[in-house]
Amino acid sequence: MTETLSAAVPAPATTPASACPACLAVPAAEDLARRAAPGEARLMLSLPTAHCAACMSTVERGLAKLPGVHDARVNLTLKRVAVAAEPWVTAEGLIAALDRLGYEAHELDPGSLTPTRADRAGRELLMRLGVAGFAMMNVMLLSVAVWSGAEGPTRILFEWISAAIALPTVIFAGQPFFRNAATALKAGRLGMDVPISLAILLATGLSLYETAEGGGHTYFDAAVALTFFLLAGRYLDYRTRAVARSAAAELAALEVPRALRMEGGAEVAVAIADLRPGDLVRVRPGARMPVDGVVVEGTSELDRSLLTGESLPVWTGPEAVVSAGEVNLTGPLTVRVTAAGQDSSLHRMADLVAVAESAKNRYTSLADRAAGIYAPGVHLLAFASFLGWLWRTGGDVHLALNIGVAVLIITCPCALGLAVPAVVTAASGRLFRKGLLIKDGTALERLAEVDTVVFDKTGTLTLGAPEPVRLDARAPEDLALAAALAAASAHPLARALATGAAAAGVAPAAVEDLREVPGYGVEGRYRGRVVRLGRAEWVGAAPLAATATYLDRGTGAAVGFPFTDHLRPGAAAAVAALRAQGMAVRLISGDAEAAVAELAGRLGIADWTAGALPEEKAAEVARLAAEGRRVLMVGDGLNDTAALAAAYVSVSPASALDAARVASDIVLLGQDMAPVAEAARVARRARRRIRENFAVSALYNAVAVPLAVLGLATPLIAALAMSASSITVSLNALRLR
Amino acid sequence: MTVLAYLIPISLMLGGIGLGAFIWSLNSDQYDDPEGNARRILRPDYDDHPKP
Repeated sequence: MTETLSAAVPAPATTPASACPACLAVPAAEDLARRAAPGEARLMLSLPTAHCAACMSTVERGLAKLPGVHDARVNLTLKRVAVAAEPWVTAEGLIAALDRLGYEAHELDPGSLTPTRADRAGRELLMRLGVAGFAMMNVMLLSVAVWSGAEGPTRILFEWISAAIALPTVIFAGQPFFRNAATALKAGRLGMDVPISLAILLATGLSLYETAEGGGHTYFDAAVALTFFLLAGRYLDYRTRAVARSAAAELAALEVPRALRMEGGAEVAVAIADLRPGDLVRVRPGARMPVDGVVVEGTSELDRSLLTGESLPVWTGPEAVVSAGEVNLTGPLTVRVTAAGQDSSLHRMADLVAVAESAKNRYTSLADRAAGIYAPGVHLLAFASFLGWLWRTGGDVHLALNIGVAVLIITCPCALGLAVPAVVTAASGRLFRKGLLIKDGTALERLAEVDTVVFDKTGTLTLGAPEPVRLDARAPEDLALAAALAAASAHPLARALATGAAAAGVAPAAVEDLREVPGYGVEGRYRGRVVRLGRAEWVGAAPLAATATYLDRGTGAAVGFPFTDHLRPGAAAAVAALRAQGMAVRLISGDAEAAVAELAGRLGIADWTAGALPEEKAAEVARLAAEGRRVLMVGDGLNDTAALAAAYVSVSPASALDAARVASDIVLLGQDMAPVAEAARVARRARRRIRENFAVSALYNAVAVPLAVLGLATPLIAALAMSASSITVSLNALRLR
Repeated sequence: MTVLAYLIPISLMLGGIGLGAFIWSLNSDQYDDPEGNARRILRPDYDDHPKP
């Protein structure tokens, strides 16, 4: 473990102790270390732009050429590269090398990405599916001979061979169903798995008895085919969730949970879980506050938009209180930790989410509702046929049992088992290609019922990136001066101003002695005069109502450059499309009234609220829900988390804070907001397909069940009905476009 | 019908080989990157000599 971690962190090995994402990483990281050769480190990088065979070659060869790198392998499906290297190779070096090759790369926390128990479950499922498929083909082959008229010893031989294949297959491949059925029975419920297990076991048992008795109907092929089709449904279901989980895990792994602790004047990277109140932590510009604390040294500005929704950066200096989750913008800060891990404000918010989530799990999916009607219905029907034939034949248990089992097999839960997973897989795959990640299995069904959409402003409808207003109306010399000063700072307002000026074709003026005063602005000398760009009170200007930076030209009064928030691409299209679908659109923001009103006007949203506190957002969503509305909440900040969890279904952009992504059902992977409207449309179509699939299986049952009840069903009819309905249902799911 | 005595064991054995191959490929991580594998087979990198 030490070798693995020390390669990624040039620091002592970490042993996180509390309940947090990092603790889950410990066994996984040990597993990783075990698999790596001794003295070798394994690094994992995310490659969001890799997409072709040439990319794989370039990346693999480029990385292999670096000193210390033993092997690099790109996984194009997951868009990742795994690197085996000497322990001293760092992720930063690899990222820089990839950047030179033209590929964007991010370090991933290998701890949260190693194969988990769930991955092993998927492999196990695939193995059972393979075995069931093999057995189905062979038994089917032998059954065709029986159906086409094999008689006498040949028939008996074929039935015994079928039994020899089917029996071990059913015992091995049917285990997931038997286990689930046992759990359901113990809890006093009748899920889908009870009739499935009963059908498989009774069909096999009865066929075995028939074979031993030397004749009659055997259903080995039906038992094995049932297992195969249902396992296929289970596997599809698993795949959909696995894709979502691995992408969600990757988003989480992008935030490597480390902080820089000051130890005797040196900065040491440690896990956030290891920080204790009283520790001193260095937070570099651009980094997120890992803990709650008090600033000890340094001045800077903080972006609080993820916590409060405010778009305006807030000044901070010694003695100022900072909260975990805020982003440090301009100067380095040293912070004394007051609360870390479990006690920090971030964690308290996450607890709020957990409470709201537990309320949400009450949604019953269409499949569960169908199973609720189906399971007792099937049992009653089979039992009634058994009793009916027992009465009619005057006590022929053998015949009555035979017919009861035929009913159980023919009611065909395989179409039902495939009906939902096949559609959900097709729909999620389609939305994933459009940049939407469906995290929750029932999210699509819930999305189909939405009639009200609530948007957050900062970071959701806007990018949280400022854009200067009307630069073309400015005096060119002011703009040239501002551009020169702005170019010297990494502050978001300054960067936006510099980009805006460059786009307007303004060459920066020749300003000398540029120097950034963290937390205040930039200062320089221009033609002998001191010029400044920064906060209003620092340059001596009257503050404007909007977000602005101010320029002191050395002569005359200072001028302000107002900014507006940059609209997220596709935001206007998404709002328009959602409204065209007949949904009510609302905007609830924690930001100041002027900024919210301006944006609402631009997007044509009449219904908006400004200055909302996190609890007020959640309360508003709850109020809408109490009115009987199905609310889709779209938000990114910590202040939205409670509202996201309280909503009927929720979406957050990938740039959102971890807690917000965890609380939401769907994650928007790209920058573009337009897929949200598309998702609502696809969800409604998917729901329609699911219902059609239920109708298809009901239709097959309506035809086949009377035959079975009347005692006319043969194994051939059972096999035909089962295969035909399963295939119809799968094809119907593929129609989803 | 004596031909069945040969054909049935042969067909079962062939099927068993297929199943064995599937289990082997599953256990040696060959389904981890289907998209990458589809493209890897088309690139000329190791056409002349195997990967060192």
